Amino acid sequence: MNKAKIYPWYFAVGSVLIYTLLSVIPGIMGICYSFTDWSAYSKELNFVGFKNFLEVFSSNGQYLTYITNTLLFTFVTVIMKTGLGLLFAVALSRDIKGKNFHRAVLYLPSVLPILVTGLTFTSILNPKIGFLNTFLRAVGLEALTQKWLVDPKIAFFSVMGVDIWRGVGYIMTLLIAGILAIPNIYYEAAAIDGANAWQRFRFVTLPMLRQTLAVTIVLNVIYGLKIFDMVYALTNGGPGHRTEVLYTGVFKMMSKGLYAEGTTISSVLFIFMIFLGYFMVKVLTKDEVVE
Amino acid sequence: MVYSSKNKTLQVVLKNLLAWCASLTVLLPMILVVLNAFKSNGETMALSMTLPKQWIFTNFSTVIEKGKLMRSFLNSLFYAGGGMVITIMFASMAAYVFSRRRTKAFSRLYMFVVLGMVIPINYVTLTKTMQITHLNNTALGIILLYVAMQTPFSVFLIYGFVSKIPVDLDEAAVLDGCTPWQLYIKVIFPMLKSAVVTSAVLCFLNNWNEFMMPLYFLHSSEKWPMTLAIYNFFGQFELNWNLISADVILTCAPVLIMYLACQKYIVGNQTAGAVKG
Repeated sequence: MNKAKIYPWYFAVGSVLIYTLLSVIPGIMGICYSFTDWSAYSKELNFVGFKNFLEVFSSNGQYLTYITNTLLFTFVTVIMKTGLGLLFAVALSRDIKGKNFHRAVLYLPSVLPILVTGLTFTSILNPKIGFLNTFLRAVGLEALTQKWLVDPKIAFFSVMGVDIWRGVGYIMTLLIAGILAIPNIYYEAAAIDGANAWQRFRFVTLPMLRQTLAVTIVLNVIYGLKIFDMVYALTNGGPGHRTEVLYTGVFKMMSKGLYAEGTTISSVLFIFMIFLGYFMVKVLTKDEVVE
Repeated sequence: MVYSSKNKTLQVVLKNLLAWCASLTVLLPMILVVLNAFKSNGETMALSMTLPKQWIFTNFSTVIEKGKLMRSFLNSLFYAGGGMVITIMFASMAAYVFSRRRTKAFSRLYMFVVLGMVIPINYVTLTKTMQITHLNNTALGIILLYVAMQTPFSVFLIYGFVSKIPVDLDEAAVLDGCTPWQLYIKVIFPMLKSAVVTSAVLCFLNNWNEFMMPLYFLHSSEKWPMTLAIYNFFGQFELNWNLISADVILTCAPVLIMYLACQKYIVGNQTAGAVKG
């Protein structure tokens, strides 16, 4: 059998071409432009060496906070979504009434447009007339009311909170599938050995769930580092630049014509993700490697 | 024994409490939106948990008219659907070839494509690329962008399923005189149905929900999809949460219907990829 004839190379051309043209080439172009003074105000393009990178990583610039904010956002949401997702998955995986209802409901927010979720929560988190504070006052928890999206100290955590609300069901769903794939015999054996619920979780569920957990964490990290819609709708980076993440920062630089700066911080993420991404893709494609 | 059964009851109670708290936390904002979509203008400075004094059904028609939603709905449908069809067509062909020909070159090419799930888009230079190729502010441009975004995951998902189709089948078909195209279209593609449906549904949902691409690359309002239209509408009618709620419902309805109809495919096959290890 001639494989080259039966499975012609040109079957792959369409995908590879479109993806390369609109995803890879702009990334590589971006690295090249990071060494120039590209802007909307000058037709000339000059080589400036590492000047843009130094500006990004210097402590007086704002740009570094866009990157650290993005990392903080990713870190907190990954931890919370994985933790809560695991808790819900364990609760909803076996023998509980109405599990299909709960599962479907919890998954629901992750199919809705992120932007729309963000817009809706701008009303819910309104300090004076928003539903959350009204509710807290009504049940006598006045002390817990906050200026959710306005107070510089907590605005970013509010944004993370909404994103956790949105994304936890998706993680839970993947984890439930992972838990259900664990053969029952392990639980039976553990029960015979007298393991209690916690021990069964700690010594059966958790170790057997390692691969699924790795996949969910990878998916979460990828999502978190690219966050835009949620922040744009909720705070647009404010108050000040307290909730500015990488992509909202780039968007503002673009509209100010600061192309070189915008492409530089995009390239920092690009290079970072190529290295990290290699390992992430290895996690995602693990079984194929084994085969 | 008595102790352990008491313990068990406590566990069941706690589990149910947790499940209901979580579900309510998810449902409450949605109930808020639905209730407020039927209120009159004066009642809705913000979303509030009260029944409408009077159920007003005309909010929906008002929004469709004022927000020019018919146009955006058709745009969204065209972009999401077009992007989905092209993605699936090309991605399934590529995944098929990658999976069947595992030479070094093709494995590397597969890794190169799958790496797209991870790499971030550089919007600054992408804008330049779109201008050079004259794709900026065109329907074709936005569709091709959606294809570029969705291709890596679709290839990844379908690749896993191709390897489950026995190669003997291909050999038999070739002996019967099938050309490569016939083999792919008549034998392989039909057997990939469930993987194809899953990635098609996910593609459509992601394309429909996309906001950043149209924000950057569609400047004329008559080309806007639903997400951009609702953002603009929100800016104009910031205090009329009855109208915004109605708009939210109309924007979410297609993906909700799709989710409910295809729940099996979305949840089932997508998770298969995560747990096989």
